[in-house]
Amino acid sequence: MRFVSRGNAVTTLGRLGEYRELLPFSALLFLIVVSSILSPHFLSATNIRNILAQVSVIAVLSAGETYVILTGGIDLSPGAVLAFSGVVAAGFMKWWGVSGYLAIGIGILVGILCGAVNGLLVTKVRIPSFVATLAMMAVARGGALIWSGGVPISLFPPEFRSIATYFGPFSGLTFLMLAVYIGGQLVLSRTRIGRYIYAIGGNEDAVRYSGVKADLVKLYAFTFSGFCAGLGGVMAAARLDSAYPIAGEGYELDAIASSVLGGVSFVGGIGSLTGTFMGALIMTILGNVLNLLRVPPFYQYVARGTVLAIAAISLSRGVRYAK
Amino acid sequence: MDVLLKVEGISKSFPGVKALEDVDLELRRGEVHGLLGENGAGKTTLMRILTGIYRKDTGRILLEGREVEITDPSVAKSLGIAMIHQELSLFPNLSVAENILFGREPTRPLSPFVDFAAAYAHAREILQMLGDGIDPQMKVGRLSFGDQQKVEIARALSMNAKILIMDEATSGLAVKEIERLFELIRSLKGKGISIIYITHRIDEVFEICDRVTVLRDGRVVGTADVQGISKQEIIRWITGRTIEAFYPKEAALAGEVVLAVEGLSTAGTGSVNLTDIHFRIRKGEILGITGLLGAGKTEVCKALWGMERVVKGKIWIEGKEVRIRTPYEAQLHGLAYVPEDRRTQGLISEMSVAANLTLPKLHELSRMLFFIDGAKEAEVTKRWMEKLRIAARSPRQKVKALSGGNQQKVVIAKWLETKPKVLLVDEPTKGIDVGAKVEVRRLLSQLAQEGMAILLASSDVEEVLSIADVILVLHKGRVTGRFPREEATKDRVMACAMGIEERVTTL
Repeated sequence: MRFVSRGNAVTTLGRLGEYRELLPFSALLFLIVVSSILSPHFLSATNIRNILAQVSVIAVLSAGETYVILTGGIDLSPGAVLAFSGVVAAGFMKWWGVSGYLAIGIGILVGILCGAVNGLLVTKVRIPSFVATLAMMAVARGGALIWSGGVPISLFPPEFRSIATYFGPFSGLTFLMLAVYIGGQLVLSRTRIGRYIYAIGGNEDAVRYSGVKADLVKLYAFTFSGFCAGLGGVMAAARLDSAYPIAGEGYELDAIASSVLGGVSFVGGIGSLTGTFMGALIMTILGNVLNLLRVPPFYQYVARGTVLAIAAISLSRGVRYAK
Repeated sequence: MDVLLKVEGISKSFPGVKALEDVDLELRRGEVHGLLGENGAGKTTLMRILTGIYRKDTGRILLEGREVEITDPSVAKSLGIAMIHQELSLFPNLSVAENILFGREPTRPLSPFVDFAAAYAHAREILQMLGDGIDPQMKVGRLSFGDQQKVEIARALSMNAKILIMDEATSGLAVKEIERLFELIRSLKGKGISIIYITHRIDEVFEICDRVTVLRDGRVVGTADVQGISKQEIIRWITGRTIEAFYPKEAALAGEVVLAVEGLSTAGTGSVNLTDIHFRIRKGEILGITGLLGAGKTEVCKALWGMERVVKGKIWIEGKEVRIRTPYEAQLHGLAYVPEDRRTQGLISEMSVAANLTLPKLHELSRMLFFIDGAKEAEVTKRWMEKLRIAARSPRQKVKALSGGNQQKVVIAKWLETKPKVLLVDEPTKGIDVGAKVEVRRLLSQLAQEGMAILLASSDVEEVLSIADVILVLHKGRVTGRFPREEATKDRVMACAMGIEERVTTL
């Protein structure tokens, strides 16, 4: 019996996504069509601008999350790291008069450090990523509360807020998000490190046997996730002109959900940032339209959960057919 | 002897491929019936139909003269058809008794709790039938592979199996364990149990089977009494052509020493520790390392590959002493390792032939900022596909769609592309079909001819005898035999492998 593989549409890494992205893409289209029918405000310029601003922070966190999930790991810390980086950057500006641009760098640096610690715990100390990042989630949240004394830090210099100002119809945050996605997707599909990330998710042992430093690649993925969380922290603080120590609670779950909705396989090795971007849009638009329709927040949770479950079911079917 | 199972005119198609066409098979009571064929010949499909995993398209299955429809695996079980898988399907974290009685745990009337006393007693009874003293309370994960296989057989027997299907039953077994398995098969035969014995090892057919059926391209080539057929003829049936299964290597032009290992000892990670291993490999030479399962063949490779903890010993490559702590360092020093298990260690099955093939040398295919040069990658892959005759449609095809032999060639190609000084190959022909075996052996000989130093670790003694220039025999992590090819015979090598004899000639 010589199997003619039925998964031929999926032959290279670059194309791997295409197949799996069909589902999130059609789901996104469907959601947009239904939403515009249900609510007349949905397609208004203000609302679209709102959605693009809202999605940016979650989408940036999701990009980092996707990197980690592609290697076969999980990162539970981005929500807490977002808050920590935000208040640290805010503190430097408010208490020590550090310039807004430098503060942005400091916030991102805090995220990178947290991500690197996650990566080292996973690769050097060999703690499962679920546990290592769970610990980071608690520590970073605690750090944010201690640093800020439990209260928000507000009113930043204009340079800091500049990243959230509008250039024409688009917020600066939207551009930052697009930069992360374009850069991140290029790295994934065109570079060695991207190839190694997929390879590790596919079969980490084989990568090690191939003489590739798999640990460095995983460290890179976690650090990138930390970078995204740090950037997200700065973005959120700039948008609200306030850094909250309790910001980003539950964002890690949204980031994971966006990846799953976007077709990223939890086993690792399959998926793309393009998919995740659509996943993040689905999550945000869903929340947006439920708000427009004045669905009570308690019911919104149920709706989101149901969509996530349906996505997971249809994607797992897709995989089965591809085999 | 009466006929227990009769398969008549079975056909089965998958989209784009006819897997089985008009297949007949007859299994007598108490018979061991060999089923042979290259990978992809249809053996697995036929067995999956018999065990209810696939449904047949056409044809009939008669069990004791009565037509049966095997619609799903539970029907197969209730009819007494059980499969002993090549990769065992046991739970290593559960006890022997729990495994045997899985899903049928005994309870006392009205009690929700498992009656462990009864379970152990029942398991012990069945194990004794197999003539073995395996402790039913032992965790399965702590048993040897051979004993685990027995537990799987015991599970089948406890469900009153009348037909056992054994798929490559000896592939993970040491020589002694194979002997014991064959004894067990003979005793099962005596109890009237019929066995369909799937194997790639033709010698085993003559040792254990009564009759043999050969499949090729989904059709039955023929069925014969084992007494009435020769090995050559079976090979011709399988391949459809006459080939020489073993391709003797031409004598090496002994060049300078490329790899020298002195007093190598390891501790820790492997199942066996190496003690004081010495050897040298010259340019153009194949050093064959053989021994039973767990003798330390793989550990030698892994020690050189930086994956075992070396506690003592020195390694020289081209006269320079080296320290190897990781695979990364190993390949920097010009080593390359084709690992034992290509599926879990050699390949990323979801990725393309090209991505797998270029993995170790990706940095040489990258331009500024690490961007991969796709055109160059495809070109390199195509070159190897031609050179090693890898049957893939394109460099972009996923490796999981390839046959075992072609997958192995991808792993070999990926390392040849690194232009190694020393090639370590671990069980390179395990689980691939006869035709591919010959090709791989021929390739190794040819590489040596071209001046590569090769370390061939293999439990297939005949393979080592046919293509190695020097043979090193291990037993429990120590060298117990060292022969130049002219002096090595199967008996001598086996005696050393079993630790009965020690014969170390200095070279």
